[in-house]
Amino acid sequence: MKNIFSEELKKLFSDFTDMGTAVSGQIAQATQSYIDHDKAAAQSLVTHDQSINGNEVDLEKQALTLMTLQQPVADDFRAVVSILKASADLERIGDHATSIASETIRVKGSHRNQSVEVKIASLSQQIRDMLTTALTAFNANDATQAEKIAKQDQSVDDQFDEIRNTVTVAMQQDPEVAAAGASYLLVTKLLERIGDRIVNLAEELVYNQTGEIIELNQSRIRPDGD
Amino acid sequence: MTPILATQNVRLSYGEKEALHGIDLNFDEHSITALIGPSGCGKSTYLRCLNRMNDLIADTTVTGSFQFHEQDIYAPTTNLVELRKQIGMVFQQPNPFPFSLYENVTYGLKLAGHNDKRFLDEQVERALRQAAIWEEVKDDLHKNAFLFSGGQQQRICIARLLAVQPDIILLDEPTSALDPISSAQIEETLLTLKNDYTIIIVTHNLQQASRVADRTAFMLNGDLVEVDSTSQLFTQPAHQQTSDYLNGKFG
Repeated sequence: MKNIFSEELKKLFSDFTDMGTAVSGQIAQATQSYIDHDKAAAQSLVTHDQSINGNEVDLEKQALTLMTLQQPVADDFRAVVSILKASADLERIGDHATSIASETIRVKGSHRNQSVEVKIASLSQQIRDMLTTALTAFNANDATQAEKIAKQDQSVDDQFDEIRNTVTVAMQQDPEVAAAGASYLLVTKLLERIGDRIVNLAEELVYNQTGEIIELNQSRIRPDGD
Repeated sequence: MTPILATQNVRLSYGEKEALHGIDLNFDEHSITALIGPSGCGKSTYLRCLNRMNDLIADTTVTGSFQFHEQDIYAPTTNLVELRKQIGMVFQQPNPFPFSLYENVTYGLKLAGHNDKRFLDEQVERALRQAAIWEEVKDDLHKNAFLFSGGQQQRICIARLLAVQPDIILLDEPTSALDPISSAQIEETLLTLKNDYTIIIVTHNLQQASRVADRTAFMLNGDLVEVDSTSQLFTQPAHQQTSDYLNGKFG
């Protein structure tokens, strides 16, 4: 009987990892299309987001069925609950990536700032690395990575502040940059929020392994936190 | 809080074979403690030590300390009838006596010499109310106890116990012979009773333990693996064996 549970749990983790990989791809595509002003690529991503939402619903159904029929407790219970919560976070990350794609479609103005765009690309890559660390740790049930992810997120927050300052200065110096500048701020903020969601994944990882409910998200106590 | 019942290094042997290997468990007043573990782990055996039911089994040796209200349960001077009045037991199968409900509930009181009808009537109503069955049976007090449903019979047995005002109620899988609705009624009764009594329940129904018990003790092969608040034990047990048992991976 419980072998069935183990098999189902394995499948749940495997589907969760697949969803995470797809979401990571979304972040990459969204940022790339934004920087390239590639509206066609952005549109395809917006359309694709529906399938990510569908993945989340499937994972939720699987987790709830497991909880209802197998009634796990202790570590098995924590594993299912952490996936349930983490899949909701992945879905929101996907939504943020879609918002970046939507911004690509909407953005107007040809005045651009190369150095800001390089920084956004670098920030995006760093966030994807964080996500990869979180997904790998989830599969290995390795909560020791949680602190590392939280530290990486602090660096993301610092870069967000830095880009905001750069953009503000650029807009002050050249009002023509204002349209692009507002867009840069929005996209950077979306990336920063994705970072916060990945920290949530790290918290869920800790809950899965230890049963402790902790708050790793520093920006929660910042006035502009998500 | 000083426990109402404290046991230390409880060992029990049937002849040469030791079945309990040194159990330390304390019970706080007005709380529910669940004893869980696979069949043969010793939980019922331990429970039966608490009011010396194992005395009835030949070639049984019990050692260890059993302090009940500062009194040693196994002291040679202990009056067994008095002890079992203070620490009563409810069994797996409802076992009413083959007479009327009223006579069942007044049985212990009559044994103790109470014959005043008004007193007995009051005690019957009190006990049946506490056992959460008064409204269902108040018009059938003189009906044979066997004619009630299994769930009602079990609550009648609880009422029979309550009539003599025990301190501690031991329950050995009290709902395993009952349907889910009767089981739920017993569980609700237990939650009310804990305001006035200390309850120790052996159960195979883990959800029942998680629903009613304040603390849960997990036993395995005659040892106590761990005891903790029920919420802690069911979410973050300290031992992998506990988690495996709770999730049905053995037992």
